Amino acid sequence: MKVEAKILLSLGTFFGIMCAVYWRWSVENAGGVMMLSGMLLCFLPGSYYFWWSRRMKDRPEDNPNATQEEGAGFVGTFPGSSIWPFVLGMGAFFTVLALVFGIWLLLPGLFLGGWAVLGGSGEGRRGGKH
Amino acid sequence: MTDVLNPIEVHAEDHGHEEHHGPTGILKWMTTTDHKVIGMSYTITAVMMLVIGGLFAEIIRAQLASPNAGLVSLAQYNQLFTMHGSVMIYLFAGPFAFGALANFIVPIQIGAPDMAFPRLNALSYWLYLTGCITMLSGFFTSGGAANFGWVGYAPLSNSMNSPGAGADLWIGALLLTGFSAIFTGVNLAATIFYLRAPGMTMFRMPIFTWNMLVTGILILLAFPVLTAGLIMLYCDRHFGTHIFSVAGGGVPVLWQHIFWFWGHPEVYILALPFFGMVSEIIPVFSKKPTFGYKGMIFATLTIAALSLGVWAHHMFTTGVVLLPFFSAMSLLIAVPTGIKMFNWIGSMWRGQVWFSTAMLMSIGFVVTFLIGGITGIYLASPPLDFFTHDTYFIVAHFHSVVMALVLGAMGGLYYWGPKMTGYLLNEKIGKSQFWFLFIGTQVFTFPQYLLGLRGMPRRMAVYPHDAQWQFLNQLSTLGAVLIGISTILFVVNVIVSWKKYPAGDNPWDGHTLEWFTTSPPPHHNFYRLPKIRSERPTWDYNHPEHKALVHGHNHDEANA
Repeated sequence: MKVEAKILLSLGTFFGIMCAVYWRWSVENAGGVMMLSGMLLCFLPGSYYFWWSRRMKDRPEDNPNATQEEGAGFVGTFPGSSIWPFVLGMGAFFTVLALVFGIWLLLPGLFLGGWAVLGGSGEGRRGGKH
Repeated sequence: MTDVLNPIEVHAEDHGHEEHHGPTGILKWMTTTDHKVIGMSYTITAVMMLVIGGLFAEIIRAQLASPNAGLVSLAQYNQLFTMHGSVMIYLFAGPFAFGALANFIVPIQIGAPDMAFPRLNALSYWLYLTGCITMLSGFFTSGGAANFGWVGYAPLSNSMNSPGAGADLWIGALLLTGFSAIFTGVNLAATIFYLRAPGMTMFRMPIFTWNMLVTGILILLAFPVLTAGLIMLYCDRHFGTHIFSVAGGGVPVLWQHIFWFWGHPEVYILALPFFGMVSEIIPVFSKKPTFGYKGMIFATLTIAALSLGVWAHHMFTTGVVLLPFFSAMSLLIAVPTGIKMFNWIGSMWRGQVWFSTAMLMSIGFVVTFLIGGITGIYLASPPLDFFTHDTYFIVAHFHSVVMALVLGAMGGLYYWGPKMTGYLLNEKIGKSQFWFLFIGTQVFTFPQYLLGLRGMPRRMAVYPHDAQWQFLNQLSTLGAVLIGISTILFVVNVIVSWKKYPAGDNPWDGHTLEWFTTSPPPHHNFYRLPKIRSERPTWDYNHPEHKALVHGHNHDEANA
């Protein structure tokens, strides 16, 4: 956890320094705003990892002398197959086509998107197919 | 020596890590959440995009072989170069790197059962595929495909200058593929942070995985900016806003800032995965550990950090950017890239080099990228950039870079293809493919450098007879033909070698965990995992006579 936190925090710090130099020196604001956002985007997960890295003991993947047994047990739920990503993708496809060919395409787009959100969350609760 | 134990137990809801029973055929493809199947789908789609984008390039080069050719109309030519750039950058190079190979290889390299968010991974693929369809369908609309260049500069891309559905389809396609990339970035970072096998510390991860982590972070920093910019552009075109038009008090150059704030990190989002592939291939085929493992990672992180501060070197000639800042930052990127070059050569130095196709492609990558990189250093200097901006010198520079990436991509396919399919490709055809590709690339780009210095502007369909550009253009077209032949050879090789040469689990005596499992790997990737004590656990397991070297050093000896 410590290394992960360090990477993100040092990237964020570098973007912060760059942002300060650039904002002071240049005459436009867009770049400064974008670098500031970049800094915040690194600090957000970086500080979260830093917070936890000080409060939890090393995970097996952080321990250079770990054996495979230490990682045994429940890792997570990995669905074997699911139709909902496809349905959601098609919903997004129709929604984007609505931007080009007419607002009526929003109907199938939002319908498929909504269906996938409902179906996908239901599947997530039940655990899904294998 | 090293005892092998069961891998982490995976609870696939019901029955642990046994054989997977699911739908078959087209339903399997539509419902899969397995990172390997998604990776294969990405690979096939991306290679198809490479072929389509390559066909556009061949038509462009055929048109330019003589000064006043009428092969395509001027309007068609605009569509062709726009779609060539768009297909290659948005639909081939990026998705091939982080969607295809990274998707397949990264979870296996760190000993994970799948990506962290398998369904999100599947959604990424569907957004990518529909994005490809959306962008290419522009050719079937009455006004033709988008024709304002792959950078879509305002005010050329507004509704007055570029009316028609083709431009909107281009915007829509980039929205879809943009979200696809963002989801893949999230997935890569989460997988690498949370699903590593015990003992796989951050500084034992293979360099390819490291590079993909940094690529994932860069995707998250850069792509949302492009998506936001595209929505602004769409609002300008259809909802009467004036964000990028002077008429309503907007700033056209703001589009360039937004586009390149995505666009330059994107260059590294494209390049870092291929750096990673080469960093895997060269040590394996030199029978040595990576030279300067930590230096490589430091260089990758430095490139990522600097890449966010160099965007306006694409905008030097606009006259409204801070030249010293962007020039200095751009020149600085040469330092970490130089470290990588040095380390690749160091990895080969005094090794037992095995010149397989993958290794040849990687050496070709290093040479070609060096040419592209050095001309990039010229261009980081504003006085030189003013002289060459928007000429063929620029075209040659970035084609040296991206053709190096194509060489790297082919290296990756020859190296990991056996792991993905279980079968090797024919080495003889592979080597002739390499020579066609490598020589073709140089014959294709060198004349373009000269054309640029002689003042030929990019994106022109016809040129004057008396400018003496014809011979160099013909030479460049010859190079494009050689590259085309190499692509045909690749397709021929896939057909000829189809299920012919079984690869076995570890055909190259590989270093990293993907060579420990079967080819292709089983559902959830591993039946067993070795002890992980260095950055090359598979090699340590297969060569117990050698002590595990941590980052190429024997720590006991160093301490003694």
